[in-house]
Amino acid sequence: MSDTALRRTPLHDRHVRAGGRIVPFAGWEMPVQYKGIVDEHQAVRTACGVFDVSHMGELELSGEYAAQVVDYLITNDASKLVDGQALYTCACKEDGGILDDLIIYRAAQDRWMIVCNASNHEKMAAHFKKAAENHCEFKDRSDETALIALQGPKAFEVLDRAGADAAKLRELKSFHFRDAVVANIRCTVARTGYTGEDGVEIFCAWNDAPALWDQLMELGSSLGIKPAGLGARDTLRLEARLSLYGNDIDETTNPLEAGLGWVVKLDKAQFLGKEALAAIKQKPLPRKLVGFEVTGRGIARHGYPLRDASGKEIGICTSGSPGPTVGKNIGLGYLPAEMSAIGTTFLVDCRGKNVDAVVVKTPFYKRSV
Amino acid sequence: MSNIPAGLKYTKDHEWAKADGKKVKVGITAFAVEQLGDITLVNLDVKVGDEVAEGKAFGTIESVKTLSDLFAPIDGKIVEINGALDGKPELVNEDCYGGGWMVVIEAKDEAAIAALMDEKTYEAHVKASAH
Repeated sequence: MSDTALRRTPLHDRHVRAGGRIVPFAGWEMPVQYKGIVDEHQAVRTACGVFDVSHMGELELSGEYAAQVVDYLITNDASKLVDGQALYTCACKEDGGILDDLIIYRAAQDRWMIVCNASNHEKMAAHFKKAAENHCEFKDRSDETALIALQGPKAFEVLDRAGADAAKLRELKSFHFRDAVVANIRCTVARTGYTGEDGVEIFCAWNDAPALWDQLMELGSSLGIKPAGLGARDTLRLEARLSLYGNDIDETTNPLEAGLGWVVKLDKAQFLGKEALAAIKQKPLPRKLVGFEVTGRGIARHGYPLRDASGKEIGICTSGSPGPTVGKNIGLGYLPAEMSAIGTTFLVDCRGKNVDAVVVKTPFYKRSV
Repeated sequence: MSNIPAGLKYTKDHEWAKADGKKVKVGITAFAVEQLGDITLVNLDVKVGDEVAEGKAFGTIESVKTLSDLFAPIDGKIVEINGALDGKPELVNEDCYGGGWMVVIEAKDEAAIAALMDEKTYEAHVKASAH
């Protein structure tokens, strides 16, 4: 991976012009921040932020048996979806380990789109392509599809200014999507996000992305819209306790211990990983992913060991940072099940310093509806 | 270009040092602050009287995203610590050459202070590390 040239999204020059600090991320050059992570985080919580997430993968499965192929590869139940509805799910290996977390979109019974993490794009494209063989059409649409997330309490006010389809977009329910014209650009708009705020994710043609970005920024300027980078995306999703693949979940973790049991539908006839997950569910879970607050002086970071009062290593921190909205240093980590109850105290080993922490209820932040 | 005041001495790790005789006040430069972003925690792992060694960490500074070590620019002894950073780490963002100072070190050897980079050399170093 390190040898291959980094790719650029169609919005690269927008990021540079806005003062974005560009870093390598999952094979792409992406903006980690523009003016500052906290500033961008607050903009999304109080007004509106725009994220370039064009690095994510978009896979399309179509044909008579596309629904069955998709449903076999995911842990959640695709059969309950109607046209224009989306679903968060895991895709697991035979042994129950998580290959990726995805959003699947049912455009029609015979046409599905899957959005996967950039870091897993190659793996998931191969996975879906192989499963589609002899059953349905597979097409990787990632190179032609840009994705812009518009998130925050004022996201729909921005869309109101973006043309005649605004009223239809306001009617979109959570995890529903539709085709729409936004600022004269043909898009697919989904009421989804990764910030804990209301908002949308807008798919458009690769070459249309710069014009869409510019218009959103202009339409939202009097509403306090700001470009937001990967840094704010991470603090926002952590406060909302949304999992980050590669941090909180990966192939060595299963959805049940990761707190994603709600996307595992063991009553489905069959799916990849079902037997393993059913067996795991039979027994008490040895460990659980919990949310915690660092009460001592320190900031937990990905990979820091978690220790009990005696100093013995008992788990690992998978995500951690200051939470700008909650005003506390927060984190996620795996702890033995017997230490996962809310209120349990333990220590985070911050580079040799043991700092007090306590298991707390998640999400850390929940927007008021 | 970030602010690099004349008259201060600098290290390759982006600390500044302001000498007053043998006493050297130490902080991090505007360039370092820009790289770190919003600073949320300054951990000074030393107390008054502790010995520090050139290039060895005397604490850490954390922003929302990252953690970075603070290195002593010279050998010496800690004679003062900026306790205000405990509750207000953002002082480093607001005024890194003023209220955001971290420690005062009494130099073991005054010649070591003179050997640090001047603002011109440091400016060239920043230009090189920005790419």
